[in-house]
Amino acid sequence: MSFITRGFTGRGRERDPRLPPGQTLVEDWPVLSAGPTPDIDTADWEFVVVTENGRHTWTWDEMQALGVEDVTVDIHCVTHWSKLEMPWRGVPLDKVFENVETTHDYVMAHSYGGYTTNVPLDELLDGQAWIAIEADGEPLSPEHGGPARLLVPHLYFWKSAKWIRGLVTMPSDDPGFWEQNGYHLHGDPWQEERYW
Amino acid sequence: MTRRPTGWHAAKVTALHPETASARRIELEVPTWPGNDPGAHLDIRLTAPDGYQASRSYSIASSGEGTRVVLAVDEVPNGEVSPFLVEDLLVDDMLEVHGPLGSYFIWSPDSEERPVQLIAGGSGVVPLFAMAEAHALAGDASGFRMLYSVRTPADRFFASDLEGFAAHGSLQLDYVYTRQTPAGWAVPPGRITREVLEAAAWPAEVRPIVYVCGPTPFVETVAGWLTELGHDPRAVLTERFGGG
Repeated sequence: MSFITRGFTGRGRERDPRLPPGQTLVEDWPVLSAGPTPDIDTADWEFVVVTENGRHTWTWDEMQALGVEDVTVDIHCVTHWSKLEMPWRGVPLDKVFENVETTHDYVMAHSYGGYTTNVPLDELLDGQAWIAIEADGEPLSPEHGGPARLLVPHLYFWKSAKWIRGLVTMPSDDPGFWEQNGYHLHGDPWQEERYW
Repeated sequence: MTRRPTGWHAAKVTALHPETASARRIELEVPTWPGNDPGAHLDIRLTAPDGYQASRSYSIASSGEGTRVVLAVDEVPNGEVSPFLVEDLLVDDMLEVHGPLGSYFIWSPDSEERPVQLIAGGSGVVPLFAMAEAHALAGDASGFRMLYSVRTPADRFFASDLEGFAAHGSLQLDYVYTRQTPAGWAVPPGRITREVLEAAAWPAEVRPIVYVCGPTPFVETVAGWLTELGHDPRAVLTERFGGG
């Protein structure tokens, strides 16, 4: 269904081809979180990957030692804003999974504060996802998910879990927090996979 | 809470009222609407004659099983969708809406009986109004309080409805005026403080569920204080807005 809205002409006449359908370009960086912002000290921070074969953990320094790289990506929030060519720094998940063995195809990301989100494992690898520690040239602020958040820019941004603390592999694509609360299981912005 | 199908609907504008100098109440008739819980939102999609489209999310001020859907939209300066809705939309116009959306920032009369604290910044009051209205209509026994931070008395949304709920005892209503107070107000205008929050809100000991909605700095500040005051972070539900 789609019909012309009487009287609407719109402002964004030059539509940027990098914007997925239904998205609007923003210059600022809106904050969206479901609850209070947790206060996490990097001295206490620990990152864990849990598979059917066991646990792997990294301290803050051990995570950095895996190799931090610069990336420039576009991000797309399900609430209709996109930010283009945003500079980030983070550890690629390829490094994190280098010595991790699993037969599972899916991952549940877990955050400090209890947030969860599900992602297919193969969408976290091959240079598609990072444990991000800086954005726009600054350490990630707590309201934007600092000290570290997942960065999966090819999916809607609720998949880029703030305050990331670990990934748990799973054999089936079980829904995370927003996925149980109305958002799409997968979340591809180019397919407008916003809601169930 | 009820699981309701989400989908596209054609909505007809049935009434328009000025809400404040910059905001407008928009009443829609949506014949195919499946109803919505208090606190839900919807997307509005506008389409220009050449096919250009713009979409935005708006909280819903109404709730229940009916097909009447009420919005209150504040105009965002230099926005694209809100200026159209506030200035150009006419009665009998048709809009495409997608919803109802959201099953987290929701309160429902059949929720567990527990004190409820609503904390609104500016137009963030819209989903909280839906909760307060549903609570008043249901004669629900949960103790409801609202702390509403607003620039001036003229900027209040739903002022007469909220005062009606307060007069009937279904809502304890407290205002914080940040720029200008009503005549004879006991305190000068100013931003909400931790002390004001502590004095007006349900204390952590009664285990309230707290809904906070407003601009990001307001929500960040208030949610942080709530945690410091001993509220369970899992019982503090937030919704922030920005962008127009």
